Amino acid sequence: MSLALAAVAPVHDDDAAAHKSGMSPLVSHTRPFIEFEKVSVRFGKGDRQVQALAETSLSIHEGDFVALVGPSGCGKSTLLKLVGDLLKPSTGHVFVGGRELGATPIRIGMAYQNSTLLPWLTIRDNVMLPLKIVPPFRSQFRAKRRGEFRDRAEALLAQVGLAGFGDKFPWQLSGGMMQRANLCRALVHEPDLLLLDEPFGALDQFTREELWQIMQELWMAKKTTVLLVTHDLREAAFLGNRICVMSARPGRILDDSPVSFARPRTIDMTYEPDFVALNQQLRRLIVEARGGTGIVQAGGH
Amino acid sequence: MDGIMDLVRRKSASIALIIGVFVFWELACLVGGISDIVLPRPTQIIASLIEYWPAIQPHAAQTLFTTLVGFAIGVVIGILFGVGIGSSRLAYDTAYPLLVGISSIPKVAVVPIFVLWFGAGTVPAILTAAIISIFPIVVNVATGIATVEPELEDVMKTLKASKWDILWNVSLPRSMPYFFASLKVAVTLAFVGSVVAETVASNRGIGNMMMVASSTFNVPLVFAGLFILAGLGVGLYALFSIAESRVTGWAHRKDLAVT
Ligand SMILES: Nc1ncnc2c1ncn2[C@@H]1O[C@H](COP(=O)(O)OP(=O)(O)OP(=O)(O)O)[C@@H](O)[C@H]1O
Ligand SMILES: [Mg+2]
Repeated sequence: MSLALAAVAPVHDDDAAAHKSGMSPLVSHTRPFIEFEKVSVRFGKGDRQVQALAETSLSIHEGDFVALVGPSGCGKSTLLKLVGDLLKPSTGHVFVGGRELGATPIRIGMAYQNSTLLPWLTIRDNVMLPLKIVPPFRSQFRAKRRGEFRDRAEALLAQVGLAGFGDKFPWQLSGGMMQRANLCRALVHEPDLLLLDEPFGALDQFTREELWQIMQELWMAKKTTVLLVTHDLREAAFLGNRICVMSARPGRILDDSPVSFARPRTIDMTYEPDFVALNQQLRRLIVEARGGTGIVQAGGH
Repeated sequence: MDGIMDLVRRKSASIALIIGVFVFWELACLVGGISDIVLPRPTQIIASLIEYWPAIQPHAAQTLFTTLVGFAIGVVIGILFGVGIGSSRLAYDTAYPLLVGISSIPKVAVVPIFVLWFGAGTVPAILTAAIISIFPIVVNVATGIATVEPELEDVMKTLKASKWDILWNVSLPRSMPYFFASLKVAVTLAFVGSVVAETVASNRGIGNMMMVASSTFNVPLVFAGLFILAGLGVGLYALFSIAESRVTGWAHRKDLAVT
């Protein structure tokens, strides 16, 4: 696997390297990469107003893998959208690289639960889409789409187990395969930050576990900063370096604790006592946050 | 294999139906003794088609020309307006009621106005064909562009894609199935427009030829004009259907509601 990872490395072409080094002074090591300062979000106006996010402060350091869990509707996706600059906070500030959001040009990769692959493009062209848009790749796209970029897309696809599927169209793939391709698209432009909103939520358990492992390998190779929203506590504990538990709406961070299991983690580890204990602890927190007793009531989900 | 057999079966059924209708028509006229002043038989119509072909041909060319020019104008304007309206929430909400209102006016009612402005002849026919084909295209393109999935838009925005990037890479390709569906409707409507305008105010074109023929009670020639129109209409429809399946084959893999 590590060989395959090395094959994708030609990323260090001049422009990309310049971009990275250009980043470094901005991301001082005293200040976190991403910082929420008393951020809150309200939707709507007047009586219909909904407080989606209560005053929240949160710091994420470069290379962190933060898993965000919490009851449904508590504002996890909202928090993700704030980081992606898709939403402006109603109060407070979001800082990226020590500067107000939007001031620091960072590259972001994003993947949602439902694959947002474009049905009229082949899988390979879908994966290459960010290269067509994000600088510095965009200026080279015409020249390199048949060579270097194509190879990069193929190498990524091979890494997630989709070798040979580059010429297929999304509708020729299963849900799990589409999600793999979706992940490739989120990674192809070497993002500084990866935003994942329940990316494995719609998959069966075995596919999901396989993708956890792939995700872990990818992360260990690149140490991209990741913010992962998930409903699956095992997933959070398997992938995360840190787990943030949010309260019911209006969401705020209830608990923020590191996950110290050694990497690479294996699926078997998730059934060991330490891991199970962590899961149970998380579960208790969320049950409390939902204001429930933990007894699942009919239709109570 | 099954697919091909299925296609042959479906096609042969519709061909058989068309032939059946003509045979029934022919027989009904013969048995019922219907005069050819009222309803000529298909064989008579075809005979007059052949007989008058040198006279029909320039009219057919004229009608095809006005329709296609008008249609082309309609497509260009329709795409521009459709993209404009579909790209902005505000424009969509503001302009949609007006669009619905205008598109419910019978467009042929504007022919007299065009005649007033431009005189009788080719221009009113072209403009009528254009105006009649604009609206389905505007509405469909705008719908296709305005209904881009919000998740997809989010992904594009996190890539810092410009409005133009999103339009070019996502919205426009996405609206192609809607666009082609409207093209097929629009091209048949364009025929209606140009023929009506020719009938009212022109000395050329199939519409005018049919008017003249009916005033001299040359009923088979009137019907020959109808046949020509049907042929042209079906031909263009088929052309756009083929183009559609080439360009938007991906869309027919899944359910896509096209209005
Ligand atoms: N555009 C919007 N307009 C109004 N309310 C919204 C909007 N987006 C989200 N909300 C509300 O904000 C709250 C938080 O939404 P959010 O999508 O962040 O929840 P979530 O934690 O991601 O939930 P889930 O786990 O079910 O995906 C919800 O109660 C939702 O109803
Ligand atoms: Mg969500």
